[in-house]
Amino acid sequence: MKIKLYDIAHSRAGDKGNTLTLSLIPYKPEHFALLQEQVTANAVKNHLKEIVAGEVTRYELLNLPALQFVCQQALTGGVTTSLTMDTHGKSLSFALLEMEVDVP
Amino acid sequence: MRERIRIGCGAGFSGDRLEPGLILAERGNLDYLVLECLAERTIALAQKRKRQNPSAGYDPLLERRIELLLPVLLANNVRLITNMGAANPLAAAQKVIEIARRLNLTVTVAAITGDDVFHQLTGDETALETGQSLASSGPLVSANAYLGADAILPALATDAQVVITGRVADPSLFVAPLVHELGWSLDNWEQIGQGTVIGHLMECAGQLTGGYFADPGRKEVTDMAHLGHPYVDVLADGTALFGKVEGTGGTLSLATAKEQLLYEVMDPGRYFTPDVIADFTQVRLQQAGPNQVQATGGRGQTRPETLKVSVGYEAGFIGEGEISYAGSNALGRAKLAGSIIQERLQEQFTDLRIDYIGSTSVHRTSFGHYPDPYEIRLRVAGRATTSQQAALVGEEVEALYTNGPSGGGGARKYIHEVVGIISTLIDRNQVTPTITLLRV
Repeated sequence: MKIKLYDIAHSRAGDKGNTLTLSLIPYKPEHFALLQEQVTANAVKNHLKEIVAGEVTRYELLNLPALQFVCQQALTGGVTTSLTMDTHGKSLSFALLEMEVDVP
Repeated sequence: MRERIRIGCGAGFSGDRLEPGLILAERGNLDYLVLECLAERTIALAQKRKRQNPSAGYDPLLERRIELLLPVLLANNVRLITNMGAANPLAAAQKVIEIARRLNLTVTVAAITGDDVFHQLTGDETALETGQSLASSGPLVSANAYLGADAILPALATDAQVVITGRVADPSLFVAPLVHELGWSLDNWEQIGQGTVIGHLMECAGQLTGGYFADPGRKEVTDMAHLGHPYVDVLADGTALFGKVEGTGGTLSLATAKEQLLYEVMDPGRYFTPDVIADFTQVRLQQAGPNQVQATGGRGQTRPETLKVSVGYEAGFIGEGEISYAGSNALGRAKLAGSIIQERLQEQFTDLRIDYIGSTSVHRTSFGHYPDPYEIRLRVAGRATTSQQAALVGEEVEALYTNGPSGGGGARKYIHEVVGIISTLIDRNQVTPTITLLRV
């Protein structure tokens, strides 16, 4: 069965220049393995292909547990010079949560 | 040396609410109150204001915040550390003195300067973002190095009750009082790493206590209208217990703390500040009670030899125009309007953006899931070199009233002057923080 990440995880977006950071935090720690396996850097890059032009790097925080995605060239020039509405990309946490994953 | 201190954070950005800081000062039992009010863009804009008026360039809300807080801070013996000095900490300190005089209060204010390195740069330095020289981005308007906790410590050794800085790394505003009060060492990477974790969790104020978190039905936050800002009790061994004032709204939980711990973190194992390269990957968060979270395990390794410099440059103007369409085929009519604007402006603008608010304006896509909405707002934005050119965007959108599709309404037009931000690195030995004490 396919579900949205929104159903099992939460996220906060942050920005540094033209780089977007997205956390992905499971509500239940037992869902972390599923996120680790399916929400790869490549899968996120593909899901956000209309938004992120550059590389996506994934960090695993086993201590929380959570994943952190760092997306390059994601904010069309950055906070101050971008023509987009959401220049910080602050709303993009919910773009990540639109991604679908398979659950047993 | 103290065994424990309590620091509150009453503002997490320049435009933050005033009331939570006042509640912390009144009822928080604080030793220190921090107000973090300075973003990269904020300081560049402040430098522009200072250029027009040498006594301007500090935070626009400074006067209102200080008038409200100063009597309470002094009565309760709470020290204030804030970066509201922005581009002009000296003028900000003088303004605090002026307010104290008006309120018949006695106060010592420390202004910390030295972050402004504009005159030390040639413009030939390489921008980290572009790989090109700074000057190739546009005429430079400001350059501020990120100072660390070491810049604040000498002020804490004086009798100053108010410490006003310009550009200081946000976590350093918290690391400084921890080092000063708990007898920590700036060279003890474990202490400074944990202090940086504490500062990072605190620096966005309400974002730790349930602000920017709620999603009704899924992520519930209590009484958001009265959202309280956080304080933290830190023990000499670094153990940090985060809480908020009894009776305030908001929610402080593992989930809110996790979101904030990772906020704007580019590499959780190597989080760079002027004080330390901190490691967040061993941090342990525990729910210690209702609205209480404990954090331990922040670490660090050495401090960077260079400081980051945030550089502002003139980036021209942005012109914007908006108009709404509603009812049947709203998106169709908005798209027709967008194509008309594109055709009318394409020769004057190389960088023109057309958004359909209500459909794809924020994420640039709707992931294919969502049907046409009942109403759509067309938004057009174009980059221009002059304000006259920028004005054309709004003029053409407004002209859709009589020269565009059926049923457009509520046209608005805007012009913004744009300051862009890039960054470079400077050797820390080239930056000399200075303290000026003012008294009344």
